[in-house]
Amino acid sequence: MNENVKKYIKRGTIKNINSKISQLFVEAGLEQIRSCINCGTCTGGCPSGRRTAYRTRSAIRRALIGDISILQDIDIWECTTCYYCYERCPRNIPVTDMIIKLRNIAVEHGNILGNHLFLADKLLYATGHAAPVNAENHQNYRDLRVSLDLPALPPTVHSYPEALQECQNLMKVTGFRNLLDKIIIAKNNNKEGK
Amino acid sequence: MNSLKYGFFLGCIMPNRYPQIERSIRSVFEELGIELLEMQGASCCPAPGVIRGFHIPTWQALAARNISIAEELSVDIVTGCNGCFGSLRDVWCELNENPEEKRKVNEYLKQVGRQFKGSSEPKHVVQVLYQDLGIEYLKDHIKNKFKDLKVGVHYGCHIVKPSDKRPWNGEYEYPSFLDEMVEITGAKSVNYKDKYACCGAGGAVRGAIREVSADFTREKIINMREAHIDIVINCCPFCHFQLDAGQREANDIYPELIDTPLNLPVIYITQLLGLAMGINPSRLGLAKTPNIEGVPPIISIDPFLNKIKKQLI
Repeated sequence: MNENVKKYIKRGTIKNINSKISQLFVEAGLEQIRSCINCGTCTGGCPSGRRTAYRTRSAIRRALIGDISILQDIDIWECTTCYYCYERCPRNIPVTDMIIKLRNIAVEHGNILGNHLFLADKLLYATGHAAPVNAENHQNYRDLRVSLDLPALPPTVHSYPEALQECQNLMKVTGFRNLLDKIIIAKNNNKEGK
Repeated sequence: MNSLKYGFFLGCIMPNRYPQIERSIRSVFEELGIELLEMQGASCCPAPGVIRGFHIPTWQALAARNISIAEELSVDIVTGCNGCFGSLRDVWCELNENPEEKRKVNEYLKQVGRQFKGSSEPKHVVQVLYQDLGIEYLKDHIKNKFKDLKVGVHYGCHIVKPSDKRPWNGEYEYPSFLDEMVEITGAKSVNYKDKYACCGAGGAVRGAIREVSADFTREKIINMREAHIDIVINCCPFCHFQLDAGQREANDIYPELIDTPLNLPVIYITQLLGLAMGINPSRLGLAKTPNIEGVPPIISIDPFLNKIKKQLI
């Protein structure tokens, strides 16, 4: 391990160092992060960091040294993907994309917020839309569409069941369905354990 | 110009929560002689903060599938949403630049009988209006001009960023295309503090940490209010949703930070443009909604409609 990184760890502020996490970063194509000079431009321009404890630089650094707790930290879900950090980084690090990859790794380790799991499973997978309009309690929105001289359901997956089937098959092929099932089972086991 | 044809990518929020925006885009494009083909069986783009944040390969595969629907129609894509534009365009760029990624995604698509070629370019409604038609062409279609209307323009993020995958020659700090489009209607685009700031909805934040999103909106709307703005103009249904519903949420969550409850009306760029083009407000989703409970706009647009009533004659 690099001497500087060792020094950082020795401060004793960070526990649960896991080199596997930094390795996952490297494998996800995030080697570029090693050219970070810790200047803080990302944090300085971050509109989320203005009002929350989310510090872009800190999140990136923690991931880089393998601080596994970053995967459970809500901070990485406070980025609105406004892309200022990506645009302004003097080392051309695609910072926003790294945060997204960090989220992927977090989800892979079962860290997903309840609302997000619902959206992925009960909305996107079940209906093909992240905000559907075909449920019973969406009658008002369908009425609104009709009042605007639009068909009650748009010509999307909502109107073509075979297209929804195709999307669901695609989500099985990419491993998304498996990933969701794995997370749901783990969550249920956790509940029972308690 | 009459030969322009696009696949109309609807997404989720626009058709399913704010169909007024869909109405206005269809009406304005028809008036401008642009043909919109339906992308039958399209799904969620899928959302660039949420789904991409969960599983990048799935985000790529679903976006590539959506693009392949337009490829079968041999047309470019137009979407009115910054988020959909972001997902579709980012995936389109990534797969076209990286043959290995493209091959991987096509392996997935092959198993559902589809293929991504990369031939249909995903464009934004504003991009089609500004670049494919041009400001001069739009000016020729303006029939009535607003005489006194102060507009707060909100660009949103993904229409200009990441700038290396966007069609604006790298400009992202201070874009001006939307202001120009607003001003051909006679309205004045008023500068306000942190004009280019995010609405707060994106990146999966609205979905799970709503109080953070509401705080973005609180700050944004207060800044607009201090600049005495009459109406908020945006070019993204998700920003539109956040700037409209988010005002009520901010009023509820942050009463101690808000003197007078936020109530600034919000409309979409083609609603404003359509009015100046002489299109009937009912064809722009600007008429009052008859007896439907719980549908937007959350913040009444009546003050705006009253203000312009005598201006467009």
